[in-house]
Amino acid sequence: MSATATPLPASRARLGLRAGLLVALLLLAAMPVLNQLPVTHPLHVSDFLVSITGKWICYAILALSLDLAWGYAGILSLGHGAFFALGGYAMGMHLMRLIGPRGVYGHPVLPDFMVFLGYRELPWYWLGFDNFAFAMLMVVLVPGVLALVLGWLAFRSRITGVYLSIITQAMTYALMLAFFRNDMGFGGNNGFTDFKELLGQPLNTDTARAGLFYASLIALAASFLLCSRITRSKYGRVLTAIRDGENRVRFLGYNTTHHKLFAFVLSAMLAGVAGALYVPQVGIINPGEFSPANSIEAVIWVAVGGRGTLVGAILGAFSVNGLKTWLTSAAPDLWLFVLGGLFVLVTLFLPKGLIGLLKGRGA
Amino acid sequence: MKHTLLAFLLLLAAALPARAQDAFVAALPGLAGNFNAQAEAVDRLGALADPRAIPVLRALADGRLLKLADNSLVIRDGTATTDVLTGAATEAAGTEVLRINNRVRVALRGALGRLQLVSPDPAERLAAAEAVFRSRSADNVPLLDAALARETVPRIRDRMAIALAASRLLASDPAAKLLGVEALGASSSPEARSVLLEARAANPDILPQIEAAVAAIDRRLAVRRAAETFFQGLSLGSVLLLAALGLAVTFGVMGVINMAHGEFVMLGAYTTFIVQEACRGIPWLLPWSLPLSVPAAFLVAAACGALMERGLIRHLYGRPLETLLMTFGVGMMIQQTVRLVFGAQNREVLSPPWMQGTLMLPFDIPVTQNRLWILAFSLVVLALTVAAIRFTRFGLEMRAVTQKRAIAASMGIRTGRVDALTFAFGSGIAGIAGVALSQIDNVSPNLGTGYIIDSFLVVVFGGVGSLAGTLVGAFGLGLVNKILEPWAGAVLAKVFVLIAAMIFIQRRPRGLFAQKGRAAEA
Repeated sequence: MSATATPLPASRARLGLRAGLLVALLLLAAMPVLNQLPVTHPLHVSDFLVSITGKWICYAILALSLDLAWGYAGILSLGHGAFFALGGYAMGMHLMRLIGPRGVYGHPVLPDFMVFLGYRELPWYWLGFDNFAFAMLMVVLVPGVLALVLGWLAFRSRITGVYLSIITQAMTYALMLAFFRNDMGFGGNNGFTDFKELLGQPLNTDTARAGLFYASLIALAASFLLCSRITRSKYGRVLTAIRDGENRVRFLGYNTTHHKLFAFVLSAMLAGVAGALYVPQVGIINPGEFSPANSIEAVIWVAVGGRGTLVGAILGAFSVNGLKTWLTSAAPDLWLFVLGGLFVLVTLFLPKGLIGLLKGRGA
Repeated sequence: MKHTLLAFLLLLAAALPARAQDAFVAALPGLAGNFNAQAEAVDRLGALADPRAIPVLRALADGRLLKLADNSLVIRDGTATTDVLTGAATEAAGTEVLRINNRVRVALRGALGRLQLVSPDPAERLAAAEAVFRSRSADNVPLLDAALARETVPRIRDRMAIALAASRLLASDPAAKLLGVEALGASSSPEARSVLLEARAANPDILPQIEAAVAAIDRRLAVRRAAETFFQGLSLGSVLLLAALGLAVTFGVMGVINMAHGEFVMLGAYTTFIVQEACRGIPWLLPWSLPLSVPAAFLVAAACGALMERGLIRHLYGRPLETLLMTFGVGMMIQQTVRLVFGAQNREVLSPPWMQGTLMLPFDIPVTQNRLWILAFSLVVLALTVAAIRFTRFGLEMRAVTQKRAIAASMGIRTGRVDALTFAFGSGIAGIAGVALSQIDNVSPNLGTGYIIDSFLVVVFGGVGSLAGTLVGAFGLGLVNKILEPWAGAVLAKVFVLIAAMIFIQRRPRGLFAQKGRAAEA
């Protein structure tokens, strides 16, 4: 394992990084404003670019959360997509409840798919989701509790490395199979869609879109600050030490299980937030989000950007997804080769990712 | 004259009881009488269980039964006419079509239905037995008795016996009833069970016997269900074993986590397809394309494996997480290559004739032959793998390298070569698994993805590095899956198994067959 997490002194490079981040943040923040300019204006930003950037910001939060688990605690989770999707489903349930009687079937309480499947009343686990605060609580609580249970079981038995990775992958696979079922009460393979409003705002307005965009941006900035605070604290140093030599840290008297558990749960909660912000922006959530391929794609964002550096995770999410968006329209057959090639390239030649490349230049 | 003689001999050969023959001849003139006489004659013919009555009654129903001046009957078939009794061709001149009314038609329908029990066509007899079973009536008992005495096909006999027993249950004679209950109780059909349950209300006097018969059927049905589940579990287990065996070598023995393993399986399946297409030009070779595919698939997958190990994986030894990600990427590229070359749709791999069909085991358990072959095949592959590791020079070197690389190297073993060969060996087994899977699964680019997680679970379940553990793990997972399926559904059963596997790994992180030793993780 590398030592990239060693905090640099507040050198010029670090100041440059901070300035770069601030500029990037401001540029992103300007996007919805520029979107309001007339289409002919040279600085106009298209609707497509704004909406896709909003998605990427959510992905960046997911990458950040994964980096906290993998890059700092050494927990390679191949199931972070499950936490993302669970957060998304919690948000989706809230949005479904807000549709109210405006569904196709016009039922006062039940969402369309429940009417269609012959439900008589709302299942108990849907209760409370009409309340925004409760739904937001669930967005973090459901992934958090799942991570707590899974992590507690795994870390306590000292399951590490590839075993843990396979277990997390099996988890998201099992959840995908479960959510595909109609009788689970989560809409089966169609999932949730046709959302109408959030917090009293119709979702199809520019205001709502900009609001969600800014909410995601703020969440990303807050997650970044939180993670950088944590990773630079004493706790963060212990976490990195666990990553590099768990047995040694344990013999030094630290409870590595608790340390890892905290990081894993926090990471799952952040992933849940990312999913919750993602769903109203794309307007749909279905069990496909649980697919193991999604989780592993998130891993490659972090690996490409440079794991063990928070900026790297964000950079990776934006660059890989940018590449994906461009390639899937330019040469759709090529994308999977490029993605597969990225896995090979990064692991063999670029273990520190893009950030490592940039730093290598700077030094 | 010659024809007459022939027909006569045929009649003798049919070896009918003389009484029935007489009755058939005796009933015929009635058909030429008035409507009342016709209906009566039809009923009599219907009760005779004599196959000769079938064409006569059919002809009457279709208006093709003609009457000559002397009241003897002939059947018109197209332009030809034949005598009913002798079967000889006759002149059509001077005939009169026999007409029927509705009453006769109703009688005809019933008689023909019953007569089908003795039809020369087995399918018709089976259908008639079903029909008689459904429209149960005590009147059918003599008819069924007669039909049963003539029947030779075991499957139809069974159906007739059940129909007979069910009809006996409706007789007024208590002894016959008991006979029926007993016969039904000796079967293992769910229908016999429902007949018995229905009969409970009408027959309070023989209730204990009925209950006992139902219980006997239930026992037999339970045994059959259990045996069916068991076989399905074994079948799934054999598939898992094949898919996991290669992984047990690459992951279990070498410790290399290969996420592209499923893609090697898929490559094996496509090799089978290619070999089959190549064999199409040579007809006598086509049934043997599948056995030919086994070495071909092994070589293709092994070559890919060796290439991957030498080119990529060897640079990442000691970094399992990176290996995992890298191999996943390679798998992605292999999958996309196959998708571009062969298309995303399923390719059809035929089963050779000697693998098709269904086998009936005792208790009426249907077993598809190809699943049976795969079960045997998986065990053979396992035995060969064990033998290769235990008894060959290569196996010895492989074990030496995995146990202590430095010592093995100092003894002159070329460890790099052994690594490549071991990985190629494991990948080759994956290719062989692909040959088997091509028989029961769709040959498509994402064939392998469905098996990869299960395979890892099998290896982890069984204990890393233990082939015996892989065997137990595969069949254990297969059986658990199939036992859970009936009451949890296929998908939930899978979820349960995954959860159970997670909990199991908590309890025994080193699997069922943990290797003893003092190796500690770094």
